[in-house]
Amino acid sequence: MAEAAVTAHGDHGAHAHHHPDLQHHFDTLEQQHEAATLGMWMFLITEVLFFGGLFLAYMLYRVWYPEAWAEGSYQLNLTLGTVNTVVLIGSSLTMALAVRSAQTGLRRGTVVWLILTMLLGLVFLIIKYFEYAEKFTHHHVPGSNFAFPGPHAPQVQIYFSLYFLMTGLHATHMLIGFGLLSVIAWMAHRGRFSPEWYTPVEMSGLYWHFVDIVWIFLFPLLYLVDRAHVPG
Amino acid sequence: MATQAAPLIAAPAVTYLNHEHGVASWLLTKDHKRIGIMYLLVVTFAFFLGGVFASGIRLELATPAGDLVSSDTYNKLFTMHGVAMVFFVLIPAVPAILGNFVLPLMLGAKDVAFPKLNLLSWYVFVIGFAFTMYAMIAGGVDTGWTFYTPYSSRASNTNVVATGLGVFITGFSSILTGLNFMVTIHRMRAPGLTWFRLPLFVWAIYSTSLVQVLGTPVIAITTLSLAVERFLHFGIFDAALGGDPVLFQHMFWFYSHPAVYIMILPPMGAISEVIAAFSRKSIFGYSFVAFSSLAIAIFGFLVWAHHMFVSGISVYSALVFSFLTYAVAIPSAVKTFNWAATMYRAAIWLKAPMIWAIAFLGLFLVGGLTGLFTAALGVDVHLHDTYFVVAHFHFIMVGGAIMGYFAGLHYWWPKMTGRMYSDIWAKVAAIIVFAGFNLTFGPQFILGYLGMPRRYHVYPDEYQVLNVLSSAGASILAVGYALVGIYLMASLFKGERVGANPWHATGLEWTTQSPPLPHNFEVQPVVTEDAYEYALREVKVG
Repeated sequence: MAEAAVTAHGDHGAHAHHHPDLQHHFDTLEQQHEAATLGMWMFLITEVLFFGGLFLAYMLYRVWYPEAWAEGSYQLNLTLGTVNTVVLIGSSLTMALAVRSAQTGLRRGTVVWLILTMLLGLVFLIIKYFEYAEKFTHHHVPGSNFAFPGPHAPQVQIYFSLYFLMTGLHATHMLIGFGLLSVIAWMAHRGRFSPEWYTPVEMSGLYWHFVDIVWIFLFPLLYLVDRAHVPG
Repeated sequence: MATQAAPLIAAPAVTYLNHEHGVASWLLTKDHKRIGIMYLLVVTFAFFLGGVFASGIRLELATPAGDLVSSDTYNKLFTMHGVAMVFFVLIPAVPAILGNFVLPLMLGAKDVAFPKLNLLSWYVFVIGFAFTMYAMIAGGVDTGWTFYTPYSSRASNTNVVATGLGVFITGFSSILTGLNFMVTIHRMRAPGLTWFRLPLFVWAIYSTSLVQVLGTPVIAITTLSLAVERFLHFGIFDAALGGDPVLFQHMFWFYSHPAVYIMILPPMGAISEVIAAFSRKSIFGYSFVAFSSLAIAIFGFLVWAHHMFVSGISVYSALVFSFLTYAVAIPSAVKTFNWAATMYRAAIWLKAPMIWAIAFLGLFLVGGLTGLFTAALGVDVHLHDTYFVVAHFHFIMVGGAIMGYFAGLHYWWPKMTGRMYSDIWAKVAAIIVFAGFNLTFGPQFILGYLGMPRRYHVYPDEYQVLNVLSSAGASILAVGYALVGIYLMASLFKGERVGANPWHATGLEWTTQSPPLPHNFEVQPVVTEDAYEYALREVKVG
């Protein structure tokens, strides 16, 4: 610690002691970490507003067309949705453990937990694929092939439009997260992180948890809403 | 020539411009100063393009009959004028060009917080611009820059999706730049540079970034939904499918009204710098000017529905939105009064940037006050979608934002290039632009009041005199802008070299050489005084 204090205020030869991951325009690793954390949280705020537009549309149309919302949500596969919720929450746990491992300097642990997180993400996407495929065969995909019995068909189509937009955007974020984690896992494997500097692991963790939280809202709003009102 | 024997200033040996060479050294640079210059090039091109479309509009409107272009072509002209000017000129002009260049210098930092992200923002911007250019070349788009449904979802057969994607992509450039600047301001300030010692330009950029970060994602999801609706026939905004076109307007203006503050707040920041520097005084009411920026950014999010008073929104919500719109006038007026108070009894140094700044003050005042007319519920029914509205927002966007941008550009040009332009030509250009601008848009207030609607290419004969005046003004305006381009270019080759601080101004950006070093400062600056301590400076100017 004393040595660090000396180098911070010392001569220019101190550059030799700089951490290899300290970028030239920052003075300390701490400053660099703080900047990254603030930037990541702000990015997540933009994401909240990005999804927010769709939540607004959802809210408006649900108030306008409650019957259509009940009928639409009844068409979703509750079992697969529930399994996926559990899978995703599980992946948040493994992600948190990956960050913890990076923090404590467990290189192998970091890699293993990251790969497990990615696998769970993959399971989620595969289940989502089967759910989407089911919608295609039942003509529940909005557009010219859309078909739904009953008087609320146009409104149910809006429900499914929002279903596909919201879950599709969520799945896109999962894919981006998958790509992100594969890079981080590779970096972890190469030993790029240490208890001193594991910012990228923590930042991608924040992203992953955010994507998870979006699903925590989507699941009840899309799968569970007004379900009880429609007879079996 | 000046009679004083001013020593010739030698060019600095190493600058951000000459320390590396070649196209790759620019395209792969992470230097905020070079990225600022790259934005300058793209934005200037977009400004030229938007100007060409505007010329087409004004030429057509010189006669009452639709004799130059068809109505479809006219629709495309005003749409592409709006798209080019709003998304590729007004929004990026001051933050991405001047902000990129001077913000880290003002903070005493080596760079922005995320230099790679900064370069990425530029590429995202260029890709978005390329999409929009493609849409223009492939036949244009005719929905108006507002993309209202159902024009954009059902009625139009033009390149709505390509343009929408262009706007969507460019939006991310804006988000990332705003995010980058906010983190930079929070985490990269020099020792001693407390929040209330920051130059007001930094406060303005911070407030702008707040709007960019919170507002832009909403336009992104709106254009994305629109594209999906057009492509895959999802029903979100389409009334035929049970959707609500007014929802589109709400979501669109939730961003696009605050976007007006993205356009005007940074020029206001530049104006604060220029007025203080050339009044040789500390700005009057520093904290009021600083907080008025934040207040504008926050109030700006609460007024969007004033664009929709005739779209069938409820009377009660219209009442609230009208009231809130009046509330925005307060922080705007605070700024204007404080600038005037700064100039009051000051020894004003009338150099070119100050002329541009004074022109800004007059035009912004008219633009702001006419905004109150349109914010009044009853009056707006008469003025909505007329030339009165066109004149009003051009006074803010061109008279305010572009004038402020030019004031800032003239102020920091010697810092950016190390050379001074011709002061007399810059003054002449400012006066030509001011005169041309008033002649272009002044008559449009009257036209609108008399009932001429916007976005039509034919009009009754009795409107012709005012339209001819407006078109004549536009050609004077074009001459003024061309002049700016000519003498600024000439200054690159023949301009006198300047030292670190040609204006004897306060602010860290003037403590380093012009053009600055690749990493900005030789030693880490330490700040010990407030911004604008002109009273402490003994320099005699003028």
